[in-house]
Amino acid sequence: MNEVDFLLWVKGSAFNIALFIFVAGLVLRLFEILSLGRKVNYAVPKGDPMQGGLREIFRRFGTDKATFQRSMITIVAGYVFHIGLFVVIFLLAAHVEVFKSVLGFGWPNLSTPVVDAFAVVTMIALVVVLIHRLQHPVKRFLSSPGDYVAWAVTFVPLLTGYMAYHHLLLSPQMMLGLHILSVEVLLIVFPFTKLMHTFTVFLSRWYNGASMGLRGVKS
Amino acid sequence: MRMQTPSPYEQTLGEHLRSQGISRRSFLKFCGLLASSMALAPSMIPKIAEALEQAKRPSVIWLSFQECTGCTESLTRSHSPSLEGLIFDAISLDYHHTLQAASGDAAEHAREEAMKEHYGKYVLVVDGSIPLDNPGYSTIAGISNLDMLKEAAAGAAAIIAVGTCAAYGGLPKADPNPTGAVSVSDIIKDKPIINVPGCPPIPVVITGVIAHFLTFGLPELDSLGRPKAFYGQSIHDRCYRRPFYERGLFAETFDDEGAKAGWCLYKLGCKGPVTYNACATTKWNDGTSFPIESGHGCIGCSEPNFWDFGGFYKALSIPTGASGKNAVYAAAAGIAAGVAIGAMNKKSKAEAASSHQTVTVEELNQESGS
Repeated sequence: MNEVDFLLWVKGSAFNIALFIFVAGLVLRLFEILSLGRKVNYAVPKGDPMQGGLREIFRRFGTDKATFQRSMITIVAGYVFHIGLFVVIFLLAAHVEVFKSVLGFGWPNLSTPVVDAFAVVTMIALVVVLIHRLQHPVKRFLSSPGDYVAWAVTFVPLLTGYMAYHHLLLSPQMMLGLHILSVEVLLIVFPFTKLMHTFTVFLSRWYNGASMGLRGVKS
Repeated sequence: MRMQTPSPYEQTLGEHLRSQGISRRSFLKFCGLLASSMALAPSMIPKIAEALEQAKRPSVIWLSFQECTGCTESLTRSHSPSLEGLIFDAISLDYHHTLQAASGDAAEHAREEAMKEHYGKYVLVVDGSIPLDNPGYSTIAGISNLDMLKEAAAGAAAIIAVGTCAAYGGLPKADPNPTGAVSVSDIIKDKPIINVPGCPPIPVVITGVIAHFLTFGLPELDSLGRPKAFYGQSIHDRCYRRPFYERGLFAETFDDEGAKAGWCLYKLGCKGPVTYNACATTKWNDGTSFPIESGHGCIGCSEPNFWDFGGFYKALSIPTGASGKNAVYAAAAGIAAGVAIGAMNKKSKAEAASSHQTVTVEELNQESGS
């Protein structure tokens, strides 16, 4: 298998397998969570659960002063790499073309050097949170292998994509192939790791907010 | 006194070119072109000239298998009369069934004779892929391509696989590969093989490789067997539209404002970023232009399996399979599995509720009292 065969394989059958596992896993997990259901609450509602839920979705974007001071690195670096990931994944021209081919519609892209800069900043932020995780005794104690797996499968596609774009180390075909392969690994493990929070974060924020709203409590 | 004409094989290339009326100036110009296309320093030009002058005309046997003759066309119909063409004349082309005058037995006899006379010294040029499924798919004078290649390769000093078909299987190998086509290097393992891919290859690249072989021997090859001098850089790296790629300015269709302004053709399927060839620097038709310059993306013709690269008009990053349909099936499978697991969860919840044992006040009092 030469590098062109490899690139064709990752773009062809490997991508199809990864996409299948990703979508099926995603739907399965969401369906499982939603189908669990909740007991009917017969208590008289003291507030509007929908309002409480929606408020909570937005409220948790912010943080209170004490928490911010205590976990500044986590919050700042966390925000930086999340925004960076959004820009890199969704606004690079080559990526928009992939979404267009899978979803059937696309959107405008940013210029490549801007996305490139975001990629660098994102990688730095990811390294910062990893070092912080390793050095902070409580964080290290709480970390399971799953946390490191989630970090690695997020970081490697960024690194290989950056190297493919800048023609570093290996031939562009090989690097592009490795980049796509690393994304496929990400897609496969995505539904079965904590990365699933991408799809459940607003759901759980809403749920917490709604249960408070029902009780008439400001969360 | 009558001068004795040397035998065509003893004549050096320099002597032959002079006898054809090529001036030293034209010859040096060609050497300069070769040096620049092989990315050599200008100080190498006199060395190339000297080496080419002294080179003996080699016997060349050209075998055409499953091909379209486009490679020969590229070479012979290059801007004529060209210096590349004349260098090509300067080799002793002993067998080429499109170009030779002889036919039938006489033609095959010429090949056999050249092979016998120059055993171990001739250069074998191959264009076209070799069918392995059924030898009858492609034969010459009743001899299968496979047999002829093996026989001719046995006595060759080196093999030059011209065109993507000979180098990597090319168009005949395209999915589902009905003839079981393979490349020269899939069959011949014990001879130096230089791949000169392209559909067709650039004329000066073909002659440049031959000139390099005559002067400095085998050129340095990349991992796909291509001379680094001509295939060392990607089309993308040398593309004059590259600044638009960097700025994220892409033509969306072939006739929009972006296309008119000469923006990058990535979204229209250009395979330049993963294609190694000299088109962007050497150009075609006497240096007039190359595909991207005339408004069409690179199709990646010098790369293996370019025909199956997911469509000439699909962006490089786009997966080749039917992703949308696949995602729908995956969602259906996910829902089915979700329903099954959901039902199991419900069942275990119901079982837990029904097996739940309540404790009476008396029982509690008994326990606390004992």
